[in-house]
Amino acid sequence: MSAIPLSWWIFVATALFMIGFYVALTRKNAIAILIGLELMLNATNINLVAFDRYITPARVEGQVFAVFVIAIAAAEAAVALAIFIAAYRRRGTVDVENLDSMKF
Amino acid sequence: MNTFMLLLPETILLVFAFALLALDLIWKPRSNTLAIIMLTGALVTLAATIFVWMQANNGVIQLAVISTDGAGAVPMLAMDRFAMFFKVYAALTVALVGLLATDYVREKIRYPGEFYALMLFAGLALMLVASSTNLVMIFLAFEFLSITSYLLTGFMRNDAFSIEAALKYFLYGAVASAVMLLGFSLIYGATGSLDLHGIATGIRSSDPSIIHVLAIPAIVLIIVGLGFKIALVPFHQWSPEAYQGAPTPVTAFLSVGPKASGFALMVRVLTVAFPAFARTANTDWVLILTGIAIITMTFGNVVAIWQKNIKRLFAYSSIAQAGYMLIGVIAIAPQFVGGVPPIEGWDQGLNGLLLFLFGYLFTNLGSFAIILAVENKTGSSSVEQFNGLVKRAPYLSIAFVIFLLSLIGIPPTAGFIGKLLVFGAAIKQQMYVLAAIGLFNSVISVYYYLGIARKMFFSPAEDTTPIPVSRSLNFVVTISMVLVLAIAIGAQPFLDWVSGSTQILATVF
Repeated sequence: MSAIPLSWWIFVATALFMIGFYVALTRKNAIAILIGLELMLNATNINLVAFDRYITPARVEGQVFAVFVIAIAAAEAAVALAIFIAAYRRRGTVDVENLDSMKF
Repeated sequence: MNTFMLLLPETILLVFAFALLALDLIWKPRSNTLAIIMLTGALVTLAATIFVWMQANNGVIQLAVISTDGAGAVPMLAMDRFAMFFKVYAALTVALVGLLATDYVREKIRYPGEFYALMLFAGLALMLVASSTNLVMIFLAFEFLSITSYLLTGFMRNDAFSIEAALKYFLYGAVASAVMLLGFSLIYGATGSLDLHGIATGIRSSDPSIIHVLAIPAIVLIIVGLGFKIALVPFHQWSPEAYQGAPTPVTAFLSVGPKASGFALMVRVLTVAFPAFARTANTDWVLILTGIAIITMTFGNVVAIWQKNIKRLFAYSSIAQAGYMLIGVIAIAPQFVGGVPPIEGWDQGLNGLLLFLFGYLFTNLGSFAIILAVENKTGSSSVEQFNGLVKRAPYLSIAFVIFLLSLIGIPPTAGFIGKLLVFGAAIKQQMYVLAAIGLFNSVISVYYYLGIARKMFFSPAEDTTPIPVSRSLNFVVTISMVLVLAIAIGAQPFLDWVSGSTQILATVF
C-alpha cells in the first residue's frame, strides 16, 4: 500500500475527473451527462481518501468527507432522475440539444 | 448560551418545514392555511435570529458539531455576526418570498404544502451556507441549497419551461459543484486540513512548492463553483434559463437568496483561508476577481438591453448587479497581504457589499412582486405587458419606478448607498479603472431600466382594465419601497449594523 507514491493516486484521480468532465461537456443525453458527473465526484473521492492516508494518517477527516460526498451524489442522482423523468414525460426527450424552447 | 440556543433559528425552520410536510400529508389543508404556517415559521425564525444576534454580540462562537478524532472537536459552524447578518437576510428572504408567492401558489401550484416546506428548507440552507467554516460543512450546505433550488425551479412539473429550466440548472449546477469539490480535495491535500483556519495556518507552514502546485488550481476551482452560485460571467449560462422558466416566486428567491449566500461563502473562504494568496506574484485572486467583475458587469448590462421577457431581463440585471457587488469583495483584499492582521478601514468594501445586498433584497423582491401582479392578471411575463401600466395600476407603477431607480443607483434609494460604498471602497484602494468601469456600466443600465419606466408611462396599453393587487402583494411592495427609501434616507443605523457584522470576521486572524 505505502509502496505506491501519492502522486500516482492523484494522477489517476485527475485522469478520471478529466474523463468525467469531457463526458459532461460533450454528451447530448442528460443521463450520459449524469454518468460523467458521477465519475467526477468519484475522482474527487479518490483524491480525498488518498490525501487522508498519506498526509494526515492519524485522522479520518478525508474519509469522512468521502462518505458525505457519496451520500450527496446519491441525493443528487435521485433529484436528477426525477427531473429527467418529468422532462421526458412533458417533452418526450432528455436530449439537451432539443430542450431549447426559451431562446429569446 | 448553550449550543442548542445558538442553533435556535435553524431548529425552528426545520421544525416548521417538517410540520408543514406532515400537515399536508394528514389533513390536506387549503393553500392559504399552509401559507400562514409557512409565514409564521419564517417570522418566528427572524425573531429568533435577531435574539441570537443580540446574545452573540461579544466574540466569535464556534460550534463543534462533529468530532472526527480523539484529540478534539472539529469546528463546523461559526456563529459570528457576519453569519448572523446573512441569517437575518435569509429569514427576511423566506418571509417576503413566501408572502409574494401566496396568490401564485393558490392559482398554479398543485402541491402547496411541499412548495412551502421546500421554501423553508431553502431558507435553512441559506443559513447553513453563511455560517459554515469547514470544507465538509460548506460542501453539504452548498449542495443542500442547490438541490432545494433545483426542485423549486422545476416545481411546476407539467410546465415545459419550468422543467427545462430545472434540467439545465441541475446540469450546470452539479458540474460546477463537482469542480468546486475537486478544489476542496486539492486544498485538503496541500494543507492537511479541512477547517478554514487550519488551511490558512497550513499554507503558512508548508513547503511552498507543494502549496503552489495544489493551492493555485484549488483557488481557481473554488472560484468557479462560487461564481456559478452567484451567476458571475462566464459561469452564468444557467441563470437566464432558470430565471425565465422557474415559477416567478422561485425566480424572486433565486435572484436574492443563493446570490447572497454565495457572496457570504466567497468572503469567508477567500479572506479566512486564502489571505496569503490575495496579492502575490504567483497567485492573485484579487486579479482573477477583478477580471471576472469587469466581464460580469459589462456582459450583464449589454445583453439585458435586448431582452423581451421581463424575467430574463431581470436575470441579466442580477448578473450585472453581482458584478458591482464583487467590487466590494475585491476592495477588501489588499489588506490581507501575507495574511497579516487587517489594518484600520480594511472592511469598507465589505460594508458596501453587505449594504448593497441588503438593499438589493428589497429592491428585487419588490420588483418581482410587481412582475407577479402583472403576470397573475395577464398570464405573460413579456416586457410588452408593462405598456401603459400607469393607467392600470398607478401605485405599482410608481413603486416600480423607485425600484428601477434603486437598481440604477440613483438617490434617494438603497441602490445608491450600496454603489456609493462599493465604488468608494474601490477608489480608496486605488482601483480607479474598476470604479470607472462600474460607473460606466451604471450609465448603460439606465437605458434598459428606464426603458421599462418609459413603457409604463408613455406607451399606450392594449388592454386598459385595472390590474387587481392582492393584499399580500401590496404589502410586499409597500414594505420593500419603505425599506428601499429608508436605507438611503436614514442610512446610519443600517451602516452601523453592517459594519458591526464585519468586525467579527477580522478577529479570526
